[in-house]
Amino acid sequence: MRVTVNGQPHETAAATLAELLSELNYDGAVVATALNGEFAPKGQRLELAVSENDQIEVIAPMKGG
Amino acid sequence: MSLDFYGATVRSRLLLGTSLYPSPAIMLDSLKASGAEIATVSLRRESGTERAGQAFWSLIKDSGVRVLPNTAGCKTVKEAVTTAQMARELFETPWVKLEVIGEDDTLQPDVFGLVEAARILCSEGFEVFPYTTEDLVVAEKLLAAGCEVLMPWGAPIGSGRGLNNLYGLRSLRAHFPKVPLVVDAGIGLPSHAAQAMELGYDAILLNTAVAKAGDPVAMARAFAAATEAGRTAFEAEPIETRDMAAPSTPVAGTPFWNN
Repeated sequence: MRVTVNGQPHETAAATLAELLSELNYDGAVVATALNGEFAPKGQRLELAVSENDQIEVIAPMKGG
Repeated sequence: MSLDFYGATVRSRLLLGTSLYPSPAIMLDSLKASGAEIATVSLRRESGTERAGQAFWSLIKDSGVRVLPNTAGCKTVKEAVTTAQMARELFETPWVKLEVIGEDDTLQPDVFGLVEAARILCSEGFEVFPYTTEDLVVAEKLLAAGCEVLMPWGAPIGSGRGLNNLYGLRSLRAHFPKVPLVVDAGIGLPSHAAQAMELGYDAILLNTAVAKAGDPVAMARAFAAATEAGRTAFEAEPIETRDMAAPSTPVAGTPFWNN
């Protein structure tokens, strides 16, 4: 199925957000996630199902003013 | 005298941003030179392979400063709230510098969205530092929403124009004598920072004026000195201005003086 990760199209068979992150090499990374505009807490990634056309944001600490 | 933000006591009245420096090393040296105990940080999309954010976060953690994550770039209540929620998990702090931007040229706050986002975040236990204007009514609504700090702009972000609306800022200070007020954005020179502190503002938050200076570390030192000088001056109670001269040298006994 096709999803969008950080604005880029991505083809995946991942069933959950945790599986998708693993597939994209985020294992061990300090990141926060959002699924279709809603905050997806770290503790819920194993249960959160990923569906066709989902919009996923994977974000990390960055410099800021 | 120390300053209190949501129960956290800080001694330095200068808060510094972490963006736009020539290098990470200069950012760290600038932070140190500024004496800032609070630094603003942000969130951006991360690549699974590059992981630029991890390196930055390690640097900041090692520096020992307390972080104030922002919601820079957010233009809607929804974006700002979700970004704040992600920031709380990542940075492990309830603090958030809430920005809901309403206009691209001036990067001025959408104060309607700001109040709504502040209400949601305060109800979720966030400790919100709203980036706002000097508008008194908006300030009232932010306080009613649960904010215990207000951060009015001096001028548009990155403009270096200083305090655009002195009357408005003075008026805000007078209306809310007990609320911690931080001038956030638009500061260009140490004299601007000193001026805000002389008005009775509690602290200054800036980034560009230090990061983009020819010598950021020296400028950080200059801002630290100016902020402290302004605060000391405020506490020392400046004289009232007047239109006509008032001689400082005693008049009585002036030589050649005839009644």
